[in-house]
Amino acid sequence: MSALLDIKGLDVSFPTRRGTTYAVRDVSLTLKPGEILGLVGESGAGKSTVGNAIVNLLEPPGEITAGEIMFQGMNLRDQDAEAMRNIRGQKIGMIFQDPQTSLNPLMTIGAQLVETIMKTTQVFGSAAINKAIDLLNSVGIDQAEARLKSYPHQFSGGMRQRVVIALALAGDPDLVIADEPTTALDVSIQAQILELIKSLCRERKMGVIIVTHDIGVIANIADRVSVMYNGAMVETGDVRQILTDPQHEYTKSLIAAVPRGDMKVHRFTSVDYIEGGAQTHRRIDLDRHWLGEKLGQQPSPTAISVDALNKTFVLKKAFLKRNRVYLQAVNNVSLSIKTGESFGLVGESGSGKSTVARLIAGLYNVDGGSIKLFDQEVANKRTGKDVIDARRNLQMIFQDPYSSLNARIRVQDIVAEPIRFYKTASSESEVKQIVRDLLDHVGLGSAAMLKYPHEFSGGQRQRISIARALASRPKILICDEPTSALDVSVQAHILNLLKDLQDELGLTMLFISHDLPVIRQMCDRVAVMRHGEICEIASTETLFNAPQHPYSKHLLELMPSMEDFGKTG
Amino acid sequence: MKVTQPMFFFIFRRLAQSVLVMAVVSAISFSLFNFVGDPVNNMVGQDATREQRLEIREQLGLDDPVLTQYTRFIGNVLRGDFGISYRIKRPVSTLILERLPATLELVFVSAIIALIVGIGLGVYTGIRRHSWISRSVMAVSLIGVSLPTFIIGIALIYLFAVHLRWLPSSGRSGVLELGGWKTSLLSLEGWRAIVLPAITLSLFQLTMILRLVRAEMLEVMRSDYIKFARARGLSDRAIHFVHALRNTLVPVITVIGLNIGGLIAYSVITETVFQWPGTGLMFIQAVDFVDVPIMAAYLIFVALLFVVINLIVDILYFVVDPRIRLGGT
Amino acid sequence: MSSPDIQKSRWQRFTDNDIVYSFVTTPSAMVAALIAFIAIAAAFAAPLIAPYDPFDPAQISLWDGKMPPAWVEGGSPAYVLGTDNQGRDMLSTILYGGRISIVVGITAVFLGMLLGVTLGVISGYFGGMVDTVIMRMADVQLTIPGILVAILINGIGRAALPLELREDFAIYVVIVAIGLTDWPQFARVARGATLVEAEKEYVQSARVIGLPGWIIMIRHILPNTMRPILVIATIGLALAIIAEATLSFLGQGIPPTTPSLGTLIRVGNEYLFSGLWWITFFPAISLVILVFAVNLLGDWMRDALNPKLR
Repeated sequence: MSALLDIKGLDVSFPTRRGTTYAVRDVSLTLKPGEILGLVGESGAGKSTVGNAIVNLLEPPGEITAGEIMFQGMNLRDQDAEAMRNIRGQKIGMIFQDPQTSLNPLMTIGAQLVETIMKTTQVFGSAAINKAIDLLNSVGIDQAEARLKSYPHQFSGGMRQRVVIALALAGDPDLVIADEPTTALDVSIQAQILELIKSLCRERKMGVIIVTHDIGVIANIADRVSVMYNGAMVETGDVRQILTDPQHEYTKSLIAAVPRGDMKVHRFTSVDYIEGGAQTHRRIDLDRHWLGEKLGQQPSPTAISVDALNKTFVLKKAFLKRNRVYLQAVNNVSLSIKTGESFGLVGESGSGKSTVARLIAGLYNVDGGSIKLFDQEVANKRTGKDVIDARRNLQMIFQDPYSSLNARIRVQDIVAEPIRFYKTASSESEVKQIVRDLLDHVGLGSAAMLKYPHEFSGGQRQRISIARALASRPKILICDEPTSALDVSVQAHILNLLKDLQDELGLTMLFISHDLPVIRQMCDRVAVMRHGEICEIASTETLFNAPQHPYSKHLLELMPSMEDFGKTG
Repeated sequence: MKVTQPMFFFIFRRLAQSVLVMAVVSAISFSLFNFVGDPVNNMVGQDATREQRLEIREQLGLDDPVLTQYTRFIGNVLRGDFGISYRIKRPVSTLILERLPATLELVFVSAIIALIVGIGLGVYTGIRRHSWISRSVMAVSLIGVSLPTFIIGIALIYLFAVHLRWLPSSGRSGVLELGGWKTSLLSLEGWRAIVLPAITLSLFQLTMILRLVRAEMLEVMRSDYIKFARARGLSDRAIHFVHALRNTLVPVITVIGLNIGGLIAYSVITETVFQWPGTGLMFIQAVDFVDVPIMAAYLIFVALLFVVINLIVDILYFVVDPRIRLGGT
Repeated sequence: MSSPDIQKSRWQRFTDNDIVYSFVTTPSAMVAALIAFIAIAAAFAAPLIAPYDPFDPAQISLWDGKMPPAWVEGGSPAYVLGTDNQGRDMLSTILYGGRISIVVGITAVFLGMLLGVTLGVISGYFGGMVDTVIMRMADVQLTIPGILVAILINGIGRAALPLELREDFAIYVVIVAIGLTDWPQFARVARGATLVEAEKEYVQSARVIGLPGWIIMIRHILPNTMRPILVIATIGLALAIIAEATLSFLGQGIPPTTPSLGTLIRVGNEYLFSGLWWITFFPAISLVILVFAVNLLGDWMRDALNPKLR
């Protein structure tokens, strides 16, 4: 069969004041009708740019500077604006990442569908409405006719993405480009949406390009896969071949960095290709090092003990109590974490796992229940020497590396803040010395001290966050999705660093994640949360091998896995 | 229908807030009487005898507790009784009602000019961002926000009244009585008189609306749903006028409400420059002579107008934006 | 450590900065900054560079009154921009008047900013009742347009002063009136920015470290709210200068004995019909250029500091 899409030698460049940068360099790919091609790569790889370049929707000042895009025998680069407008929608459909923002909030989905149908298929009146109903039915939306009158905000995230897919299909396109279609969705929804795209592709004999950073998605859905790195295509092939027997060094390290869901390994394979060589972790002598100095507290076998914790948020304020809308974010949660243990809290978005972390860290007040840190009750307490001392044992690392550092303060002052505040160093020169040492220890050179946060990458920022946490000499570290905003190769580095620090300093760790494979690699025991309640607490191996609660089983079934292909170790 | 209940509560809440605002403003108005000057002096003059003064104090109830005085003040205000002007010695409510048509007509004509030209040019410059017309409009608009209203007024008077002698330089003329409402909008003479002040008054708000609409338009044009609309092959026309314009107008409605209020405020200046016999001119003269009853009444009157405008804006907002109207899932 | 090395890297960092880059590649911003700088410098150096002292009766002669600019027939090279009705040199009165306009504008904005930002950050950080009370106050004040509030506060201030002090204190009354008018804008922006910042994880992290609220507000939140506040302050300066001129024009502001630009325009306006255009024209055009330059700067700043547009 002849190719539906055939791209040869595509270059996309962005002129900037510091010279022209190539977002895409010499990329070639082909796609057959009815085939799903995965375009995979980490952030900055240029994979989304390829998708936008095909339909000529590049953000200015980006432009195609070389190559040809042959689609059904015509070169899309030769088409004028009017012709491209007709191709978009009628021949090529697009699906974007965030269903929250992809739909016009002021128009009913019916109006948006009918408008698109009329433009792309020249079907009008009640025929257009019928076609809209058919489309909604085909993407699995119940009571389609009634739902036409709904506005986007009345749909859940997954349903909204279905509407987006229906819109993309309105003109019966031959090619659909889906740009990270499931990244903003929970795992269980993700599986449904991927299944939907897959079946629509087979039914309608469409070519589909799935742009994603997630190898798990590729493994689930793609027939063939192209791997991009730094604007260039490094490897293309059958999905089984790429996942089981990658040829290129980059592909090898990328696949090796994906946490395994099927078994626990000691460390993540180092990903030398990407971050300029793995840092060798230098162990420190705790007896002599500043980090080892004791705060003068009795060691207790239980680091965190939480009993019958409750937290309710008011979602909608109202004068009358009966009109207020509440969300029970944490419902009667009890757990206890042993000193030196690594405890995982896993669940989908809205399960209350982050709220539990923030309650323990004292960022929210509890509505009921008790929180003990080393046997000291701290719930809703901020004052008193015992409480302050107990709280100083606990530090937290947050999800977003870009907002977790104050952009206006130098790195050295960020890290020094707790040391200076608690006066745990005798002189300013000692403060500097400690900061230098901490930065060195988390794998950043002392050159980092005088820089500002914006000069660092996401992974480096997380290292700074870790150094800042260590500067309080914590015994407990709460990690709230510490790597979910990072690329998978960087994630491997940060997770390795956290493991090393835990071994070395004997830290107690509360690790919050939605990512089951990461939890499996990082934790000794795990609690599964849903709707603010704990479903099951078990040792990691028990949970992954023999889950008891139906929800745990459900989550584990949905776990994106490459193991089906017999991953090489 | 489910629609009515949130709508009712929404409007009820806004009404409650409006009442609060009016309570605060009336308290400020009331305290003007006590802070600014001695009302007795103002009523009877410096050379009145002690007995006369005491009598007046008695009449005005100035020896009553403050709360009683305030309640009485509110009661009077609700009955439309704002007292008697110190200077003109006539009931304040009559004075305001006499001059109200002049101000409202001026504000109305200005608002129409500002809205039509402002939104039109704002949309145009938002869509044709890089055309030379847009660039010139934007440059001129920045001069527009830099021109104080009174300078625009003086310049227009100098050009059209003094230099070219096309239009009258001040005052309101061609007034006809229409069912108790004195209008100048039904005669050529009246229109000739209102042109300059209306343009003067509208220019500043016009540029503000223009710049705001443009900024909102650019913001909306960058949004994902516009990109997705393009990706579906919709025409530029549909994208600009169906998708972008409506989303632009939602936040703009609020500010336009504020801007119409701004017109009432700046009418004080315009009316002074053009000697336009409206409430603004009366207010500024009252401030000059510390005529507290007029100041207090004008304050309450303006606040009331504002509250009403804001209420209308809120309801419009409610009608336009389904996210507020229908609530979440 | 060698100091030239650090200096070089600092300089590089400075020129590398996107805002600096945007400034040097935006001619209008540079011209505006230049005009604003010249205006401010000229105003402050007025006693040194003005040809005459308009407040010194010995230098004023009524004989020289109402003289047109030097290039118009009847003008004298001694008075480049002519003289006003009392024989004062226009150029000198404009320099001195500009000084008063700028000083009033800057101090009023500063007052409003101090008040507004303090209340706004407190409001945003603590939330709850404090927030409700402060923001309701701001809402009520915003219900009434700024210029009316200024006229009202100014009027009350003047009326509260004894007659003989009114002229001497007029300038302070104007500053306070405009400053008090400005604060809700600053409070709203500061509160909004604080709400955004307080949700960010660096603030959460500072709280987990155990830093007290006031340190977090001053050291962490305040510097991060400064960008939008700076933009508001610049645009606010233009508005404050206009507000002062308007008050003075309405006869409610700076008295004619020490005139500001607005007072000069008010005085000159009376002579406009008799053809003495220069008494109004030069102060008016100076005022417009000054405000335009400040607005141009504010406009550029808003674009340059808005990360979404870059």
